[in-house]
Amino acid sequence: MLDTAAFKSLPNAPGVGYKAQHFAQIMEHPDPVQWLEVHAENYMGDGGRPLAQLRHLAERFAMSVHGVGLSIGGEGPLDLEHLARLKHLVSWLNPASFSEHLAWSTHDSHFYNDLLPLPYTKATLGRISDHIDQLQEAIGRPILLENPSSYLAFAESTWSEPEFLAEISNRTGCGLLLDVNNVFVSATNLDFSPQGYIDAFALEKVGEIHLGGHDEDQDEQGRPLLIDSHGHEVVDPVWALLDYTLERSGPKPVLIEWDNDVPEWPVLAAEAERAAFALDNLPQTVAVPA
Amino acid sequence: MTQSLLEKAQDDGLATHVVQADFTRALMDAGQQVPAGLVDQNGVAAGRRFDVYRNNVAVSLTEAMHSAFPVVAKLLGKENMDGLAGLFLRAHPPTTPLMMFYGAEFPAFLKGIAQLNHLGYLGDVARLELALRHAYHAADATPIAAEALGALPTDALLAATVTLAPAVQLLRSSWPVHAIWRFNTDDGAAKPLGEAQAVLITRPEFDPIPQVLSPAEAEWIQALIEGLSIGEALERAGAIEADFDLGNPLTLLLQGGALTGLNQKG
Repeated sequence: MLDTAAFKSLPNAPGVGYKAQHFAQIMEHPDPVQWLEVHAENYMGDGGRPLAQLRHLAERFAMSVHGVGLSIGGEGPLDLEHLARLKHLVSWLNPASFSEHLAWSTHDSHFYNDLLPLPYTKATLGRISDHIDQLQEAIGRPILLENPSSYLAFAESTWSEPEFLAEISNRTGCGLLLDVNNVFVSATNLDFSPQGYIDAFALEKVGEIHLGGHDEDQDEQGRPLLIDSHGHEVVDPVWALLDYTLERSGPKPVLIEWDNDVPEWPVLAAEAERAAFALDNLPQTVAVPA
Repeated sequence: MTQSLLEKAQDDGLATHVVQADFTRALMDAGQQVPAGLVDQNGVAAGRRFDVYRNNVAVSLTEAMHSAFPVVAKLLGKENMDGLAGLFLRAHPPTTPLMMFYGAEFPAFLKGIAQLNHLGYLGDVARLELALRHAYHAADATPIAAEALGALPTDALLAATVTLAPAVQLLRSSWPVHAIWRFNTDDGAAKPLGEAQAVLITRPEFDPIPQVLSPAEAEWIQALIEGLSIGEALERAGAIEADFDLGNPLTLLLQGGALTGLNQKG
């Protein structure tokens, strides 16, 4: 068992999504990165380099485990084998945080390797809350639930997304992971105000903020269609939305995600530096939650 | 936004409940209609917006196949690999979220494609790449010291069975599978000759190492994997090569950290 008791929570500082090609540089020159996030499913082999690296990282950094495969929003029951794998990982690594998505990815025993959308209704609220109860019971701690990037909407939805997430949090005791880039992507795609979304969001429940790059496309009517690709720098309007959020939420752990066309370490570190600047330059009047 | 969107969609008869079976059917088959009930910001049927999900799934699984089978991809060329991955991911979508093990059915899938018959070795190259990946993620194990073998009297040594590290893989092919793999991963490697090859994979620390075995050497290790004693395994190898010497394969196992237990009978 690792001695990770020092990392009871993520620091209100920049973190990055860990990529194996950055291992040596992160161990030598992590500044300004103070914590790391890993995708749970990449560390479910039996041994070898991935787990050895993870053990080294966890001795040095606060760790966040981010699940991308449990399919919390699935119609079917949770995959008990996968739940057991998550329990095992969280138990030996003892990360400062565990998070998953308001999405589904498995149906009828097939895993689609994408975060698929769901309607926000009374029925899905009950099902997701039950799945989160089951997950939190299994891993013995509250999770953070992340808002998705949306490319379309469900006509059957009866809840707004911020209200839906807040209600899940009330029912299950889970915290929330606010992905500011996802807000910007969804707001552009579905033509709502990103600031209005932040205003409606239960910021007091937020345990972590995500930032990432997106791609720009168009739908068949020529309207902008942004795609959450995590393939380049965070764009200026998303940095502005981070400032808007932090001014209202107070300081939070802020993560840069860059999963495709992963750059050299200095490029990623520069993004983290920009997050550090945003955190260091909050107005003094911010009410910091106790 | 939501309430007015809902009302408009309901007026248009679009507020259908979307079940995930319909969603996934349309997701994996661009010929299927986008399920009713998926809409844009004006409550109008979603159309091309649904293609983002189709594209995400196809691209992410195709990329997973490229990183899982880089040598097969190199032999086929990117365009052909993309096309085959597109067929494969629809025939065999992942059944667990562990993408590190995706593609177990790919070797058999390749052998079943008539247009690839002239590249008969492709399936075995895919098997080798799968085996390397399994070795990479296999459990760690502490090898025994070489001296432990020397400490036993010959009779006891021949009667002993061995425990091999979880990373050990043995692959026998009727193609020069190791030479083909090597030729496509190492610039200086010799051009493959047309001989059958057996391959032993060990993982001394973190990087799996594939090495060629003679048929008798492969038989000896296969017998050890089956749980036969060192002596029984020698008889099996001797049936293939009369003057079989276990020196080379034993050295490969020891250098590869592959012997993790020596179990004496009785």
